[in-house]
Amino acid sequence: MNREEVKKLKEISYKMMLDVLQMTTEAGSGHPGGSLSSKDIIAVLFFKVMRHSPRNPAWEDRDRLVFSKGHAVPILYAALIEAGYLDRSYVTELRKLGSPLQGHPEWNPNMMIEATTGSLGNGLAIANGIAFAGKLRKKDYRVYVLMGDGELQEGTVWEAAMFASHYALDNVIAVVDRNGLQQSGPTEKSLSVEPIAEKWKAFGWSVQEVDGHDVEALYEAFRAAGEISGRPKVIIAHTTKGKGSLIGEWVTEFHGKPLSRQELEKLLPQLEEKHKEEMKELDVN
Amino acid sequence: MSTREAFGKALVRIGSESSIVVLDADVSGSTKTSDFRKIYPERFINFGIAEENLFATAIGLAYSGLKVYASLYSVFVLKAYDQLRIIAHDNLEVKVFASHSGLTNASDGWSHQTVEDVAVFRALPNFKVIVPADAVETDSVTEESLRIRGPMYVRLSRSESPIIFDKDFRFEVGKGNVLQDGSDAYVIANGNMLSQAIKAVEKLKKEGIRAGLINMSSVKPLDEGLIIKAAKDSGAIVTAEEHSIIGGLGGAVAEVLSGSYPVPVEFVGIKDSFGQSGKLEELFEFYGLTAENIASSVKKVLERKR
Repeated sequence: MNREEVKKLKEISYKMMLDVLQMTTEAGSGHPGGSLSSKDIIAVLFFKVMRHSPRNPAWEDRDRLVFSKGHAVPILYAALIEAGYLDRSYVTELRKLGSPLQGHPEWNPNMMIEATTGSLGNGLAIANGIAFAGKLRKKDYRVYVLMGDGELQEGTVWEAAMFASHYALDNVIAVVDRNGLQQSGPTEKSLSVEPIAEKWKAFGWSVQEVDGHDVEALYEAFRAAGEISGRPKVIIAHTTKGKGSLIGEWVTEFHGKPLSRQELEKLLPQLEEKHKEEMKELDVN
Repeated sequence: MSTREAFGKALVRIGSESSIVVLDADVSGSTKTSDFRKIYPERFINFGIAEENLFATAIGLAYSGLKVYASLYSVFVLKAYDQLRIIAHDNLEVKVFASHSGLTNASDGWSHQTVEDVAVFRALPNFKVIVPADAVETDSVTEESLRIRGPMYVRLSRSESPIIFDKDFRFEVGKGNVLQDGSDAYVIANGNMLSQAIKAVEKLKKEGIRAGLINMSSVKPLDEGLIIKAAKDSGAIVTAEEHSIIGGLGGAVAEVLSGSYPVPVEFVGIKDSFGQSGKLEELFEFYGLTAENIASSVKKVLERKR
């Protein structure tokens, strides 16, 4: 990936962060923390890795993203706005009555929302179903699935992990957003999910671990995963909850609590300054 | 022939439709989907003993345009309630043919019996709930399921069910069938209680009580017009089901009548309890699911009518 591409993805990631903060502040609820830990993963998937077409959203051969950590959906909506599936005016429509931007994703292939989620633990199996159908019909699309790390406590994740490897679903590429926190605190305090990599390996998956905010490393991991055949692949992306938003990083309360309007207004110029610095650094390096 | 066997045979017949996939939780010998597996192995998926995963994967298969037929014991279908909610919400092409329902898994006991499944599925938006009475009706339901849009829960039995319908009988979703006209009362029954109800109505006839009989296999959508007509024609209703009297056919009928044409109703069914091990006939007797119970309920409702 060249420097211009890295800059482009970081720019998109920054814009999506602003949208997530605005959306959740407007809604007065939602999960900004877990949305932002996924922002670079989503940026790389939507704007570099995945095959899709905003002009033809229900394209049969598109790659799919099953958004299993449904509570983080503001980042998905932000990506849909950025990619042109949704009009920008929807930034104010999160969680409103009658809005397509429900509190958790609802299946809408015309908007590239590939699955109804919100109840954790189902996304991987849903992705397996889409992947199995692809194999049955000799389609070469790939099915990506984004899971939370706390979500790994759900038993269905492991039933699905077993299934994907038994049926050699090498068109499934899972990402675990390893931000380390769940609603009541660190995952390891609530119920240990470690050792994560060893668990997936034992289930017959190809496993990679990356810095989930390094867009180059993420892209490289997706590229490598795409080349492995005969078994499903998982990327454990080490991330920071609330990444980039300054006040939220590593604060558990940020999980389900958006900023007030005043807080957001105060924060915006600081975020812009920080973003400019980061972009400058990219130019220097 | 049991209704599960009738389903297995019909599934092979409709199985040539290439969008059908059949999902199994390692019980295909019992649910009779094994014949489909032999002919169309590439469209048959065994999930092992993992029902939640089966129904979650069904969601993805249905999103992809496949018609999903899932057949497992009814009690284990209920393990996947979380996933069934999504299937219901998204109105997906998932047809659940649940075998071993009601008390028909008699000797296995309560852990393998269902008394509440109809109530659960009635409450799930978009699901259609069908309780066929015999092999002929099950065959027709299976055939018809290809044309019925959205998710379906079809309740099948482990045990033999006597043949009631002529072989040219056609099931129609949302329609009840009048088996016998009546003027004193109407019995509305489905599933294995239909054959009990036939005996009850015959017995009552000998005693000079003219009880009508309706087969109401389609619990949802419900033939509200026919229920109201039966209430108007006779002024008294008895429902009979191999299910808890809470939330099943009886509840559905009472909801219609109390809102449109209130008449006395008596409920034959399981009185808010689980099953247990025993012979099927013993269980039907123990839980009050016999022709005798229906006949005495008719007499009771006639008294209330006066």
